[in-house]
Amino acid sequence: MNTKPTSGPQPTIEFRAVTYGLFRSSSQTIVSNISLSIQPGETLVLLGRSGSGKTTLLRLINRMVAPSRGQILIEGRSTSDWDPIRLRRHIGYVIQEAGLFPHFTVAQNVGLVPGLENWEASRTKARVAEMLKLVGLDPSEYSARKPRELSGGQRQRVGVARALAADPPILLMDEPFGALDPVTRAELQREFSALARRLDKTIVFVTHDLREALALASRIILLQSGQIVADATPQEFLKIDHPEIQAFTASLATTGGAAV
Amino acid sequence: MSSRWEFLSSHQSEIFSATLDHLTLVVIAMVVAILIAVPLGMLIVQRPTLRRIALGLASVFQTIPSLALFGFLIPVPFIGGIGRRTAIVALVLYAILPILRNTYVGLTGIDPAILESAEAMGMTASQILWRVRLPLALGVILAGIRTATVITIGVATIAAAIGAGGLGTFIFRGVAMVNDAVILAGAIPAAFLALVADFLLALLERRLRIA
Repeated sequence: MNTKPTSGPQPTIEFRAVTYGLFRSSSQTIVSNISLSIQPGETLVLLGRSGSGKTTLLRLINRMVAPSRGQILIEGRSTSDWDPIRLRRHIGYVIQEAGLFPHFTVAQNVGLVPGLENWEASRTKARVAEMLKLVGLDPSEYSARKPRELSGGQRQRVGVARALAADPPILLMDEPFGALDPVTRAELQREFSALARRLDKTIVFVTHDLREALALASRIILLQSGQIVADATPQEFLKIDHPEIQAFTASLATTGGAAV
Repeated sequence: MSSRWEFLSSHQSEIFSATLDHLTLVVIAMVVAILIAVPLGMLIVQRPTLRRIALGLASVFQTIPSLALFGFLIPVPFIGGIGRRTAIVALVLYAILPILRNTYVGLTGIDPAILESAEAMGMTASQILWRVRLPLALGVILAGIRTATVITIGVATIAAAIGAGGLGTFIFRGVAMVNDAVILAGAIPAAFLALVADFLLALLERRLRIA
């Protein structure tokens, strides 16, 4: 590989001078010239306002969109060299409303990717039960339910279980707890934080909520207008002197209470 | 008044066999229309040019007055002529639009979050079509089939004009004879068929629709 000699292991995800825009003109650029290395086991939070490019950055990783310029390497291989189907089955994905299939039961939803990968039925079944327990749902009670018979928080748990079912090394999460009530949200954040430490996955988590970023991240990237304006651990993050960080800190004050 | 019921009761077996003929005409036309329109609807989801052509053509057929469409088909080789076959072709052309349009709308009107997560989990386009889009569109497709069936039962009465038989035979005969009783012998069973079909298909639709 033509990688520059770096210290430490190969990054799981690496952005190399990535630009993405709808058109070539600079006014339509959504993310511009992003370079970023994400190491194995990191829980990286992409923080930013709506339209800052954080979701686009996430979608570039599993090639839901392709970069206009630059490249993204997953485990050392450019996403353009991966078969997109293989790449996506290698990466778990959780979105805000969970995106569960309403015509599938909970078990069918969780067993989807193992099924696509032609796992044996018994192995899939065992895995589904294991995943449901992992996210705090009793398999005997929830397996046969349809998503509409679940609460918002339970649906989101199933979404996480589904993303983890085929044991992908990478997990992408796009404001997964964004639509939940504050109490359920805090509950899921706490549990997810503990889960993330235990699982040893590389996680990229998108949010516009500083409190959530501080609670979950091992590293926070702040995006503004498609560019990285800060890159720090949660401990260092609040000490950085940058107007956008101050704007986010001010938002904490108005929503009340101290962070962490 | 009593003479009307007399006609109906004295021609019971004739009315019954015309109803069966009518039903056969409708069932054959609907099966063919479904076999054309549903796959075509699946095909046009990803093909905008074909979509415009197919939906445009289907709309054109629907705008042709039904009696004229039957007439136009008579001189057409292979599918034309006098009789049942021509009638079925015309009924199919009529039934395609509601089924095609509902298939397309059903397949494309799915919550984008569901499609997004299907794609992000590494489902192929055909897996998404068969396992996600189609099952979720089933209720809407069936609604189109229901509309088309009710229309076809009505339009099929006109098929008698080109010698295809069915309940229209009574209606045309009654109009010619200026005899209400004979018209009703065709109209009542046709209306009854339409109501029953509508009710049964609505029942099925409710079962298939996923809230």
